[in-house]
Amino acid sequence: MLIAATIAILVVMIMAILRAVWGPTLYDRILAVNLFGTKTVLLISLLGFVMGRPEFLDIAIVYALINFISVIGVLHYSDAHIFKGGDQQKKTMKKNS
Amino acid sequence: MDISSAVFLLIGSFLCVSGGVGILRFPDFYTRMHAVGVTETLATAMILIGLMLQNPDGLVLLKLIIILLMTLFISPTASHALASAALQNNLMPELDKQENNEKESSSNP
Repeated sequence: MLIAATIAILVVMIMAILRAVWGPTLYDRILAVNLFGTKTVLLISLLGFVMGRPEFLDIAIVYALINFISVIGVLHYSDAHIFKGGDQQKKTMKKNS
Repeated sequence: MDISSAVFLLIGSFLCVSGGVGILRFPDFYTRMHAVGVTETLATAMILIGLMLQNPDGLVLLKLIIILLMTLFISPTASHALASAALQNNLMPELDKQENNEKESSSNP
């Protein structure tokens, strides 16, 4: 059952990568990266139990903290309106299409 | 104990897969964020509870509880920050404006 859950999480990570590559807006990509990071925490802790080495949980804790800090950091730049070029690019793409 | 752990892991993987299908197939950013944000916390909690029921010793159990608490605090915070940032930068949800206009015109002849 541990291996089945690991495979399910791997499938979800592939889906998140697909959305991060497709993503029409910037926020879709940030959302997909956030989902990918959370699922990485779960994958690391599950792999620790599959391999019989629960010491991997330390790495999972550190990865959860890094994931949170990365998302909040990117959104801080977004609040400072540095990403406005991205929005204009999206509008021009809509006009072209 | 083993059966309950398997049940929790199964529910968690089902919720994970449903969140992944949601992020692929929903039409709008906010609906995608609904799918991810709703399933993410519950799936993580289910899988970590399933791991807690695998009879680990004390320190491993403590680490699992720490990961669960951190995920339950971090994931809604990130979702809230993401939604507010998207709204502040004028990312409007897709609405069925034609249908609304038709309903208004039909209700007010």
